[in-house]
Amino acid sequence: MSDSTHAAHTDGEHNPYVAHHFDNMGQQAGAAKLGMWLFLATELLMFSGLFLAYFICRMWYPDMVLGAHEYLSKTAGGINTCVLLFSSWTMAMAVRSAQVGKPGSKEDAAKIKKYLLLTLLCAGVFLVVKYFEYSAKFEHGMLPGKFYTAHLHGYEIEGLPHIFFGIYFIMTGLHGVHVLVGMGIMIWIYLRASRGEFSHQNYAGVENTGLYWHLVDLVWIFLFPLLYLVK
Amino acid sequence: MSEQPASYDLENPSEPNFYKAQKGLKSWLFTVDHKRLGVMYLASVILFFFVAGFLAIALRTELLTPAQDFVSASTYNQLFTLHGAIMTFLFIIPATPGALGNFLLPLMLGAKDVAFPRLNLLSFWIYSAAAVMLLCTLVLGGLDTGWTFYTPYSTSTGTAAGLAALGVFVAGFSSILTGLNFVVTVHRMRAPGQTWDRMPLFVWAIYATAVIQILATPVLAITVLLVFIERFLGIGIFDPAMGGDPVLFQHFFWFYSHPAVYIMILPGFGIISEILTVHSRKHVFGYKAIALSSVAIAIISFLVWGHHLFVSGQSELVGVIFSFLTFAVAVPTAIKVFSWVATLYGGSIVYNTPMWYGLMFLWTFTIGGVTGLYLSTISVDVHLHDTYFVVAHFHYVMMGGLVIAFIGGVFHWWPKITGRFYHEASGKLGALLVFIGFNVTFGTQFFLGHQGMPRRYFAYLPEYTTMHQISTVGSYILASGLLIAGFSLAMAFRKSAPKAGSNPWGAVSLEWKTSSPPIEHNFHDTPHVTGSPYDFPEIDKSGRTH
Ligand code: HEM
Ligand SMILES: [Cu+2]
Repeated sequence: MSDSTHAAHTDGEHNPYVAHHFDNMGQQAGAAKLGMWLFLATELLMFSGLFLAYFICRMWYPDMVLGAHEYLSKTAGGINTCVLLFSSWTMAMAVRSAQVGKPGSKEDAAKIKKYLLLTLLCAGVFLVVKYFEYSAKFEHGMLPGKFYTAHLHGYEIEGLPHIFFGIYFIMTGLHGVHVLVGMGIMIWIYLRASRGEFSHQNYAGVENTGLYWHLVDLVWIFLFPLLYLVK
Repeated sequence: MSEQPASYDLENPSEPNFYKAQKGLKSWLFTVDHKRLGVMYLASVILFFFVAGFLAIALRTELLTPAQDFVSASTYNQLFTLHGAIMTFLFIIPATPGALGNFLLPLMLGAKDVAFPRLNLLSFWIYSAAAVMLLCTLVLGGLDTGWTFYTPYSTSTGTAAGLAALGVFVAGFSSILTGLNFVVTVHRMRAPGQTWDRMPLFVWAIYATAVIQILATPVLAITVLLVFIERFLGIGIFDPAMGGDPVLFQHFFWFYSHPAVYIMILPGFGIISEILTVHSRKHVFGYKAIALSSVAIAIISFLVWGHHLFVSGQSELVGVIFSFLTFAVAVPTAIKVFSWVATLYGGSIVYNTPMWYGLMFLWTFTIGGVTGLYLSTISVDVHLHDTYFVVAHFHYVMMGGLVIAFIGGVFHWWPKITGRFYHEASGKLGALLVFIGFNVTFGTQFFLGHQGMPRRYFAYLPEYTTMHQISTVGSYILASGLLIAGFSLAMAFRKSAPKAGSNPWGAVSLEWKTSSPPIEHNFHDTPHVTGSPYDFPEIDKSGRTH
């Protein structure tokens, strides 16, 4: 991958961002990136448990899942999918800006900050849309498990829809928590970028944030068709 | 083998050791030094071992007579649950990676620290938070689900199962972060010349363990999270009354918890490989076989979880497949045991305390492993499931395997950690009592279980009295042996305890190429590795190089 080649020309000269226990930036950035990939693997595995629960629910009660999913808003889900896809692009641009940025250049830092802000904005839009979706579900009593009261609001869904909505809320809820955490990390990276920390000498932080954000997108790319587009 | 500039005097280093390098409580609580974190883990896991051990003694004392004596049925349930949960999540899983792994891994690789020192500190704090949560269940209603949290009981019991599930969730993150840190450390932090086939076997074992920690623990995290959510939202996926399935929980749980038993035992294998070679002065037999069988075990361990569900109603075909795969795990395990025995063969064995634990391990772990084969035979398991046979089996592998190896490892590296020698005679006496006590306690339980004594009962039929009493007496012997072992280690803290020097065992791996205790940044000059960690000088003289 590109990290070693990018970092190679900074070896030898003194790079202030290399921690004491590493020999050079190549080693440090390589470690950071490997660590991030492993972390992403654990995230995927954690979600995989929920995906398994989803598939088992769908296998047990195919008709119920079909009936219940009609009540999820395809428009809202679709908009959010587009928003997240766009945010993946802005994030990638932020990473790119850091990789080619010159140390100490105000302009380059501003570029990183611009793309981070755009990404943050997308994340915000995503959560707002999600908020409206959730409130609609709350109003109609389409809630998980024992809180499910949609039948009292005049919605007749065949079978055991409380299981479907349980899974829906857990999966999208956990995903939403990841979006929130991602926003927190981006704010932190934004502040560091303001201090001019990132450049081609040191960009592992931005890169890892990017990797994390792509994972958050990726999970949504699976959630959307599985939950909203069953038919 | 390695080269270091001869100029630096390891016995009288010019730099202070890592205990003295910084002072004050804060320098410990916020340290990022892997050695200090290792020491803090060591202190914590020993504390929890004693807490949970105390509960075990209470359990055994209740079982002295068939009737109910001094604890009520529900107290008994809480005692064994806490005993199991603390031993598993706060002692055995973090013990070797957290304590010995943290201390030794960077030293053995020739690195200055692990790849992510701050993450390492975070991992320790997360572990502490989890410990507080699990202990809080004691005062907030107790916990009586068994450490396995089986649904639907765990989602309906009035005790603090929600908090406990959250505690396990949090503990899982500590384990994941440690594993992640170690994998990256092994990949990226090796000293010049430290190729994969020159790494000490302890490193290989910790590496395989870390891979399982990364791959299995997230599934446990989501499982206990689901239990937690189930308790509060009643989503119903594990609840048959609401259209869910409790067996699904068992699949989730054992998908983690079977690999987790290898998280517990693999590091023990690594310790034993080091002890047996160093104290028999022989190059380890089958280096590659031992190293790669750890990896093989790590892989197969993900494919056998169904052996815990033989009687839970899974299909017969699936049962047969899981049974077969479980037998397969025995192959790499046996490869290890044979290699260790072959290592001892013809070696000049030094019978010191670490070696005693090493030899003890070969005995107890083998019994544990072989009885596992009985249990993976479906027809036999139908009879033995949920009896004391299972209790005996897992204590032979967990206590007889990991705990024995861990204690042996602590004795072996004690001179490195403290800079002084433990007390040899009491060390041996402790080891002897542990060996006798352990086999008396748990050996009898194989017979109890075979005769039908079910596990998790506070009272029993009078027919079982004699065996239960033998077992209880055994547990007292075991406990006294452990206390004496602790005494022997504590003797190293005396002012007059003999100094160990940098390399008291004449070992070759890198952790012995620095002062005891090591200096803050481990090595004064970056070491260069030139050969196998088991090429003892004697071997070179006799002309038998490997
Ligand atoms: C001091 C020596 C020990 C004694 C005397 C002891 C005794 C016991 C007893 C009496 C039980 C309850 C059996 C039942 O009624 O089902 C038990 C369960 C258990 N023990 Fe130990 N134990 C000891 C050490 C250990 C160690 C070192 C570990 C693991 C590291 C361990 C792990 C467990 C587990 C996982 C359970 C099952 C708990 C459950 O089923 O929920 N024990 N032990
Ligand atoms: Cu198992």
